[in-house]
Amino acid sequence: MSMSVGTEQRQFTALMRLFHWLTAALVLTILGIGVAMVASLADYHRLVSIHRPLGILILIVVVIRFVNRHYSTLPPFPATMSPRERSVASASELCLYALLVFQPLVGWGMLSAAGYPITLYGSIHLFPILPHNVMLYAVLRGAHTVLAYLLFLTFLAHFGAVLFHTWVLRDGTFRRMAPWRVRTP
Amino acid sequence: MTDTRHLGRLAAAAIVVLGVAGAFLYLGGWFSPQKLTPARFVDEFERVNGRYSGFRRNHAKGLCVRGFFDSNGHGTRLSKAVVFRTGRVPVIGRFSLGGGDPHVSDELNTVRGLGLQFSLTDGEQWRTAMINLPVFPFKNPQAFYDNLVASEPDPNTHQPDPAKMAAFLANNPETARALAIIKSQAPSSGFDNSTFYGLNAFRFVDADGLWTPVRWTLAPVQPYEAASATGASQDKNFLFDALIASILQHPLQWHVIITVGQPGDPTNDATVPWPEGREQVDVGTLTLDSVESEETSPARDINFDPLILPAGISPSDDPLLSARSAVYSQSFTRRTGEKKLPSAVTPSEVRK
Repeated sequence: MSMSVGTEQRQFTALMRLFHWLTAALVLTILGIGVAMVASLADYHRLVSIHRPLGILILIVVVIRFVNRHYSTLPPFPATMSPRERSVASASELCLYALLVFQPLVGWGMLSAAGYPITLYGSIHLFPILPHNVMLYAVLRGAHTVLAYLLFLTFLAHFGAVLFHTWVLRDGTFRRMAPWRVRTP
Repeated sequence: MTDTRHLGRLAAAAIVVLGVAGAFLYLGGWFSPQKLTPARFVDEFERVNGRYSGFRRNHAKGLCVRGFFDSNGHGTRLSKAVVFRTGRVPVIGRFSLGGGDPHVSDELNTVRGLGLQFSLTDGEQWRTAMINLPVFPFKNPQAFYDNLVASEPDPNTHQPDPAKMAAFLANNPETARALAIIKSQAPSSGFDNSTFYGLNAFRFVDADGLWTPVRWTLAPVQPYEAASATGASQDKNFLFDALIASILQHPLQWHVIITVGQPGDPTNDATVPWPEGREQVDVGTLTLDSVESEETSPARDINFDPLILPAGISPSDDPLLSARSAVYSQSFTRRTGEKKLPSAVTPSEVRK
């Protein structure tokens, strides 16, 4: 029979872990680029040219990741987590997913409403998803900033919670999502 | 004992989280309040020019036009951009006067601007914002900003302080040299017979990926007429009214001239003209055949960002380009969220 008989699943699947760390790298990069580009004159154009396709890439990765998650078995929460902590963790996870889907859509929508071409690379560009309406642009542009800060704060809460569990409670929370394979005893 | 160890680990976790947050804020310039940012640049425009709800922070007074560009195919040798293949693409544009006051009286010596958006057949766009000066007075964003600061009106006299401007020119000899070139050319009588310059150098990239430094110019088909020959009118909108009358009489045309740079020609300094005798390629004709007030034209809501370029045209190493893109974008974001007030050149003026 199966090799895993008798051993409880301790980690997320290899594919889920790959998606997690890919998303983490992409999201931290785009947040850094985003906050730097709006304050930059010299590098503004170069950074915006990376920011746009990176946002669309994140949208694609997150949608695939969400579908994959739906069809995967998740490891149980560590025993140290109370039911309340578990629901907070699940809610923050859902919050991250929602932000990761909405933020690129708001970006795409705001460029559409501004009448900008949505250039990805060279002559490759996306179709607009909203009509040219600058009042709408102004609202979405403001929302893009608010969502970016919310995304960063949600990331900090997620990161801080994992550090707390792993370093202070030492309950092995990190191992569940470790990039490497953790052998079960 | 365990409590101390717990506290130590808790402190370590807190330090790491705060460190990440600090790195993020550092990238956003939160710890460098003196850094010249797009927001601080536009703040300075507002300090010097005043703030007019819904209007561009510079080149606030304008009039919109439509037409088309007929490409003759000569540009394809230098650039793979679809716009240079033989054929016609629609163009929307906006003539403007420099300065942030949208109701300023027209003056012959005020900088004239022309922003254009070419809508390419494959859905790409080429936007360019040109002015009627042969060179730009500032070599980099800092010089432009310092000039704005030097031209802030004195709270007592409501005029710029001449001593500050003199100090600026002494610190920026390239501006003094550029102004001498600018002053040597008298402005023409109107918008319709003005030459417009793209100012910054760009790169044309051909089908093989090889690039050539270029600058572009719009050379009017309408014959040059010295400003003095017609005499400046007292009418507040005389330049715009003359443009309306001219375009209603017959379509206005400009040759799109590409100047091909040679190795060694400066591409990172818009204050310096390229040497005489550089190859000039006429790549087609721009025709503007209809005119519209800002209040009804979609061009009011277009940001003529000079770095919205199709594949085949790339930015040069000119530091002004990225800064223009950043500052135009900041001005656009501010004005789009504000209440839109009537333009000086009204729809009824266009129809009369």
